[in-house]
Amino acid sequence: MSARAVTPSVRAVETPFRRIVSDFCANPIAVCGLAMLAVILFLALFAPFLSPQNPYDLAQLDVMDSRLPPGSKTAAGGTFWLGTDDQGRDMWSAILYGLRISLSVGVIATVLALVIGLAAGLPAAYFGGRAEALVMRVVDIQLSFPAILIALILIAVLGQGTSKVIIALITVQWAYYARTVRSAALVEKRKEYVEAARCLALPPARIVFRHLLPNCLPPMIVVATVQVAAAITLEATLSFLGLGLPITEPSLGLLISNGYQYLLSGKYWISFFPGIALLLTIVSINLVADQLRDVLNPRLQR
Amino acid sequence: MLVYLIRRSLQSVVVLFVMSLLVFAGVYAIGNPIDILINPQADQIEREHAIAALGLDKPLWEQYFTFLSGVVHGDLGRSFVHSTSALGLILERMPATMELAFTAMVIAVLLGIPLGLWAGLRPNGIAGRTIMTGSILGFSLPTFWVGLMMIMVFSVMLGWLPSNGRGPTTLLFGLIPVSFMSVDGLQHLVMPATNLALFNVALLIRLTRSGAHEALLQDYVKFARAKGLTNARVIGVHVLRNILIPIVTVIGLQFGALIAFAIVTESVFAWPGMGKLLIDSIGVLDRPVIVAYLLVIVTFFIAINLAVDVLYSALDPRVRLTESKG
Repeated sequence: MSARAVTPSVRAVETPFRRIVSDFCANPIAVCGLAMLAVILFLALFAPFLSPQNPYDLAQLDVMDSRLPPGSKTAAGGTFWLGTDDQGRDMWSAILYGLRISLSVGVIATVLALVIGLAAGLPAAYFGGRAEALVMRVVDIQLSFPAILIALILIAVLGQGTSKVIIALITVQWAYYARTVRSAALVEKRKEYVEAARCLALPPARIVFRHLLPNCLPPMIVVATVQVAAAITLEATLSFLGLGLPITEPSLGLLISNGYQYLLSGKYWISFFPGIALLLTIVSINLVADQLRDVLNPRLQR
Repeated sequence: MLVYLIRRSLQSVVVLFVMSLLVFAGVYAIGNPIDILINPQADQIEREHAIAALGLDKPLWEQYFTFLSGVVHGDLGRSFVHSTSALGLILERMPATMELAFTAMVIAVLLGIPLGLWAGLRPNGIAGRTIMTGSILGFSLPTFWVGLMMIMVFSVMLGWLPSNGRGPTTLLFGLIPVSFMSVDGLQHLVMPATNLALFNVALLIRLTRSGAHEALLQDYVKFARAKGLTNARVIGVHVLRNILIPIVTVIGLQFGALIAFAIVTESVFAWPGMGKLLIDSIGVLDRPVIVAYLLVIVTFFIAINLAVDVLYSALDPRVRLTESKG
C-alpha cells in the first residue's frame, strides 16, 4: 500500500475533547445515566415553569387537599399524580422545587470545596516543606473521621441554616480534593514541561496555576462528580435529622422527613417519591462519575 | 514500636485538646439554652438564678477551665436537661449503640465476603454482575431513606417487624444490657442493623471481589492448583487468607464509621442509643452532652485507628510502623 492511499482526504480531527466524548459514549449504561442527569437538571432548572403549582404560594394551597393519595383529582379539575402532603401541596411540584434546592446546595458546596482544596493542595505539592506537612497532616486527621460526624460537629458548633450547611459540606469535602490534587501534582511537577517553565524563570504562581493546574484537572473532575453526589446525600441526611436546611427551603431530605410521621399510617407517598427523586439523582451522577473515571484515567487509555 | 505508640498517643492528646477547645467555644457561642430550659413566665430573678446554677454567668474561658479540670477527673460536665452526669448519660446509652453496630458488622461480614468472593471467582457470570450492580446501589442509596422504606414494607405493609424502639433487654455477664437474647429483642434489632450494614455490605463485596480477582492470577494459586488441591482448599485457604489483610483493616476502620452512622439509623428507628441522644441534645442545646458525646466518640476513633495500625503490622510482617517524615 502506498503512502498516498493511506492518507485519507477527509481527516477527522481528533481533539482530546472528542476522544473523551467518544470514549464516554462507549458505555450505554453511562450514557443512560448522563441522559437521566440531563433530564433531572432540566427539571430542576425550569421547575417554576414545569410545576403545576408554586408549592410556597400559600394562596394556591388548599387544606382540603391535604394527604391525598397519588392520582387524586384537585378541586380545580387537575390531578395530583404523586399525591399531596400534609399542607395540601402537590408532591410533584414540591419535588421539583426540592430538587432545585438539593442540587444547588450540592453544587455550590462542591465548587467552593474544589477551589479551596486546589488552593491548599497545589502549592503544598509544588513547594513542599513544612507547609505541605502541615496541610497533609490536617487532611489525614480529618479523613480518619467519617463525613457525617464532621458535618454534625460543625452544625452543632455553627448552628443551623443554609449557609452553615454549605460551610459544613465544604469542610467535609476540601480534604478529598487537597489529597487528590497533591498526589497528581507530585507526579506532574517532575515532568519536563514544568522544568522548562522553571528554566524560563516564570514566577512560581504562574507555573502552579497555568502549567501544573490544567494537567492535574482530570482526576479532580472525577472526584468532584462523585463528591456532588456525596454532598447531596449528606445534605439530605442532615435535613432529615432536622439539622440541615430551614423549613423555608425544603430540600428533598426535608420532604422525606416530613412524610416520615405519615409513613406508619400507610401514607407512603409523602416520603416515597422525594426519596425516588433523590435516588435517581445520586445514581445518575454516580454512573456518570464511574465512566468518567475510566475515560479520564491515563492508565486505561487505549 | 514503643516510640511510635508514644508519639501517636501524644498526637492524639493534642488532637483531643484542640477538638475540645474548638467544640467548647463553638457550642457555647450559639443560642441560649436558658430560653429553652426555663419557663418563659419566669421572672428576672429566677432567670439569673438558673443561669448561675448552670455556671453560665462566668466568662467563657473560666467555664472552659472548669470543664477541663473536670475532664482530668473523669467528669465531662452535667447535662442541663437531665441534671445528671453527661458522661453517665452517654455510657448508659452506649450498649444499645454498640449492639447495633456489632450486629451490623456481623451482617456485613456474613453477606459481603461470600458475595464478593462469588463475584470475584465468576466475574462474567450473571450472578457476579448482579452482585456488582447491587453493590453500586448499596453505595448510592441514602441510608435513612432505605430505613424508611424498610419500615414501610416490613412494618406497615407486611406487619412482620416492629417499626421502632429496642426490645426487652437482658444483662450479658450481669453487666451489659443486650436485646439479642430474646425473640422480641431480635425482631427489634434485625431491621436497624440491616439498614446500618448496607453500606458496609457493598464495601466488603467490592473489596473481596477485587482481592479475589487479583489473587486468582497469582503464581501461588496456580501452584496450588498444579499440586492438585481441591478447589475449596485453594479458595478457602490460599486465596482467602491472602485477601483477608485489607478486609480486616477495613472492618476495623469501618466499625468507627458504623458508630457514627448509627446516629442516622437510630433516628429513623427510634433506637435508644448514643446517636439519638446527640440529636436530641443538639435540638435542646444541651451543651455538656454535645461536648461530652463528641469527645467520647473522637477518643473512640483515635483508639480504633491506633488499634488497626498495630493489628495491621501484626498481621502483615512487611509493614513496619514508623512515623512518616515531616
